[in-house]
Amino acid sequence: MSKLTLNGATFTSQPNETVLDTLLRENIQIPNGCRQGICQSCLMRSVDVPPPVSAQVGLNQTQQKQNYFHACVCYPEQDMMLALLESEQTIFITARVIQKQLLTVDIVRVVVECDTELTFFAGQFVNLLRDDGLTRSYSIANRPQADNRLEFHIRRLPNGQFSNWVHDELVVGSTLTLSEPKGSCHYLSGSEAQPLLLIGTGSGLAPLCGIISDALEQSHSGDIHLFHGSSHHKGLYLVDEMRELATKHTNFYYTPCLSGDNVIADTVQGRAHDVALSTIENLKGWRVYLCGHPDMVNHSKRLAYLKGASIKDIYADAFHVISPDTK
Amino acid sequence: MSEVQDTTAATSLFDQLGGAAAVDAAVDIFYRKVLSDYRINRFFDHSDMEAQAAKQKAFLTMAFGGPNNYTGKDMRTTHAKFVKMGLNASHFDIVMEHLTATLAELSVPPALIAQVAAIAESTRTDILGK
Ligand SMILES: Cc1cc2nc3c(=O)[nH]c(=O)nc-3n(C[C@H](O)[C@H](O)[C@H](O)COP(=O)(O)OP(=O)(O)OC[C@H]3O[C@@H](n4cnc5c(N)ncnc54)[C@H](O)[C@@H]3O)c2cc1C
Repeated sequence: MSKLTLNGATFTSQPNETVLDTLLRENIQIPNGCRQGICQSCLMRSVDVPPPVSAQVGLNQTQQKQNYFHACVCYPEQDMMLALLESEQTIFITARVIQKQLLTVDIVRVVVECDTELTFFAGQFVNLLRDDGLTRSYSIANRPQADNRLEFHIRRLPNGQFSNWVHDELVVGSTLTLSEPKGSCHYLSGSEAQPLLLIGTGSGLAPLCGIISDALEQSHSGDIHLFHGSSHHKGLYLVDEMRELATKHTNFYYTPCLSGDNVIADTVQGRAHDVALSTIENLKGWRVYLCGHPDMVNHSKRLAYLKGASIKDIYADAFHVISPDTK
Repeated sequence: MSEVQDTTAATSLFDQLGGAAAVDAAVDIFYRKVLSDYRINRFFDHSDMEAQAAKQKAFLTMAFGGPNNYTGKDMRTTHAKFVKMGLNASHFDIVMEHLTATLAELSVPPALIAQVAAIAESTRTDILGK
């Protein structure tokens, strides 16, 4: 049991409670989203002691040094003095929907135009806010250009609150509120010859699309291997676009994978990460991007590492959905 | 041999091993060994790899005689859940084997390996909650 001090008030955390749990239980309003230590909605800072390392995973080095941490995954190990981010540090952007198009039966492409200039790296994500405050993270599927546009691929989950609202109610012309772009799963310029392995399942293709077009735009010379997986052929999308890209760029390889029983011409049978990791012998010196289903991401991280990739070269966005018991 | 010891007597174990850079090299080899060993990798199944690697680094820094803030109490609390999962002396022995094999791979002289092993060994009772 640790004592948490915030703005002069002290709260005692119960065993197995995160900092976010404690503060919410004490009726302190803290913005929060994924509750998995990813979306950074509940980011705060420890003023006195370094927070547990596990609560800082995914933050950049500057944030780590400044003792920022995710309150939702921070199980305090000692007493902590907390500071919330200043409201001016939280930037919100307003955007208007300019395109909406179904890519598969359950994945919709949404393109928005932001009313302010936007800097981001292809592959980062933003938190989208509905008017009532409901917040979810979505990856950016395009690369930065002068038009201040962002593209998202949003998959409808059965009974999912946000995704169903996007599919059923959001229309061209609607406005949306966005957080600033976040996350470190993006293309890095400066090592153009490094081979890249990208594995995505479902709408996990979104950030990978952005990363690939950014890499090709920046004349990446190393090989780029994309493996996109779905259980059913109707779940694969942008297949023609990716094939065309592979014809145009000799260093880009595209392998659509189907994990179900159906065999379809020009696809490989098997789960995308199994196919990818059995195709590529050694990942020493590679950069690896993993996006989509959390189990796929976690499993592949370990396999990629054991195949020789170094931890700092493995970038991942697990599309965690909020589990029912944290609601 | 005695000559080596004379010239290095004033240098700390950590510096003799090569400091922080040596820890990084060792973590990479050590963590791969631990993760690919089916006898113990179930203890590493559920937590995040970056966080785990950071913990391995803190552990090796301590075993290398470097700056650390490890306490026996922390060791006990963080390993209690693994003890519940069945962590015992045989698993600790396996980790010790991987540690010495890692250092041998990095061509660390046997005398220094013995010193590192002795420090790591000193955490046994805390880690196993004895
Ligand atoms: C970094 C990041 C990037 C992401 N990028 C993308 C992206 O590009 N595209 C994309 O499609 N998604 C992405 N996601 C996932 C996205 O943020 C949402 O989690 C997802 O869209 C589901 O939100 P929802 O509100 O529709 O579902 P929720 O309402 O949060 O529900 C999620 C699931 O849980 C079930 N559920 C909820 N409550 C209960 C309950 N009480 N009992 C039983 N079951 C319940 C629902 O039926 C649903 O299937 C990303 C996530 C992260 C963390």
